[in-house]
Amino acid sequence: MSQVFRCKRVSSGIVEGEALISQDAILFYYTDPATGVVTEDGHCLKGVSVKDKILIFPGGKGSSSVQADGMYRLDRDGSAPRALIVEELDTVLVSSAVVMEMPMVYHVEAGFYDRVKNGDWVRVDTEKLTVELVEKD
Amino acid sequence: MILSEYQQEMLDGKYGKGKAMAMQILEAVGDSFEAQRMVPISRAHISLSAQDADVWFAEKMGGAGAVCAVPPTVNPGYCVDYFRSKGVLDEKAVAHMERTERAYRRLGAVMTYSCTPYLFGNIPHYGEVVAFSETSVTVYANSVIGARTNRESAASAMCAAITGFTPEYGMLLDENRRADILVEVQAEMRGDFDYALLGLLGKKIGKGVPVFQGLPRHISTEGLIQLGSELNVSGAYEMFHIVGVTPEAPDLKTAVGGRELKRHVVITREDLDQALEEFSPPLRSEVEFVILGCPHYNYDQLRQVARLLESGPAVVPVWIHTSSAVKDLAGRTGMEEALLEKGVELIPDTCVDEACCWKRLAGQAGVTDSPKASYYMRTFGVQMAVRDTESCIRWAQRGRVE
Repeated sequence: MSQVFRCKRVSSGIVEGEALISQDAILFYYTDPATGVVTEDGHCLKGVSVKDKILIFPGGKGSSSVQADGMYRLDRDGSAPRALIVEELDTVLVSSAVVMEMPMVYHVEAGFYDRVKNGDWVRVDTEKLTVELVEKD
Repeated sequence: MILSEYQQEMLDGKYGKGKAMAMQILEAVGDSFEAQRMVPISRAHISLSAQDADVWFAEKMGGAGAVCAVPPTVNPGYCVDYFRSKGVLDEKAVAHMERTERAYRRLGAVMTYSCTPYLFGNIPHYGEVVAFSETSVTVYANSVIGARTNRESAASAMCAAITGFTPEYGMLLDENRRADILVEVQAEMRGDFDYALLGLLGKKIGKGVPVFQGLPRHISTEGLIQLGSELNVSGAYEMFHIVGVTPEAPDLKTAVGGRELKRHVVITREDLDQALEEFSPPLRSEVEFVILGCPHYNYDQLRQVARLLESGPAVVPVWIHTSSAVKDLAGRTGMEEALLEKGVELIPDTCVDEACCWKRLAGQAGVTDSPKASYYMRTFGVQMAVRDTESCIRWAQRGRVE
């Protein structure tokens, strides 16, 4: 059975994809736009691609312009994540997601974090304000 | 969020498509942070970067007819005249910067090209509500001046400049400005560079608003700039307090303001030394260039470099990034010429984080006094070890570390 969790919306979209979880904050400047691979030394996702993923991470970091630029290049080259699920908001990440029209939600009910694993199929719906863990046959 | 009649009209497009788009973005940001209303801003600073997203957004807003209600100052890009004269920039890079400038001028921006607007060109006063992007600018305005700004992105600051409003949340509200982390500094601070190292301890300090206790009562402007700047390399900080120094921290009790302290962190000399050890790329025996001025050097820092070079000229290139205002001043006082004679060039209007200007240094052994410069220039393969200004200049005089 699929499980549905409430969330809040930053920017709109109804998308689904594979979950990718990061324990570390993310600065999208440190990704390779051609592949979506995280390039930051010491980052828990170094060498892993965020392309087409539902990216679950604590929040953003880094300087005020490079976050947007990282997102922009990923989007331009077709390597962007499908949606962002974060715990904490910061203005840079929020405004970048809004401007880039990258779906983003936050404050997902706690149970979601207990259950979600890398590779799970996740559906984000900012109209219903839900994040769904989809059971696949 | 409840909008005023004027704000609603702006959103509805009565004042043009550009203002409406800016208002839509601000509304989405405000809703995300559960802001109750929009408040007027009196100043704005945009972290122009001349990067792809930056130009794309500036052109998008300008193309929709947006003109800034509050003319913003802007961050450095790169100085076309200087780098073209050195044969560094290809025509594509020249065209790109000129395109960036056109896009910003169309929006009505004030082309200061400096990352230290709080020293010249855009100086808020205590309590003033502003929209400042560029992380070291935001933290300085909040912490050292006591103005009120969130850690805006280039886009959100531009939207605030276009509309003249920003959603009221975060650092605009008293309760969020109070300290919730006590940082007891036991290390003796020996100079400005130690404030950069203190700023690198973001992981140890943790997320929140730190209040530093145990620092000297008199801290240089440069030290305060370094602290805020590097806190935003190691973490994301909108504001800090220093007991007895910053305006909202006359004493610890006021800085905390009844908020619950979630952490008590002790910083020793070992922590500072370890921060440098972990952060800096290893020193190599040779030094092939020195980059200073991230954030942009002010006039006092130029004087310091000139003083350090009294014992002899640099034998490798020393480049100092600074604002046009400071460079002009240095020209008038003879400082620029004196520095040039010692092998130091002043570069105006430019950010270290511009690959088209600096990527050519990849593979060479560099040193800098700025952790932030080292951090960002790594993205395009330029490795710079980080040390204090005195060491950087001493090694520049010898061409090697000794």
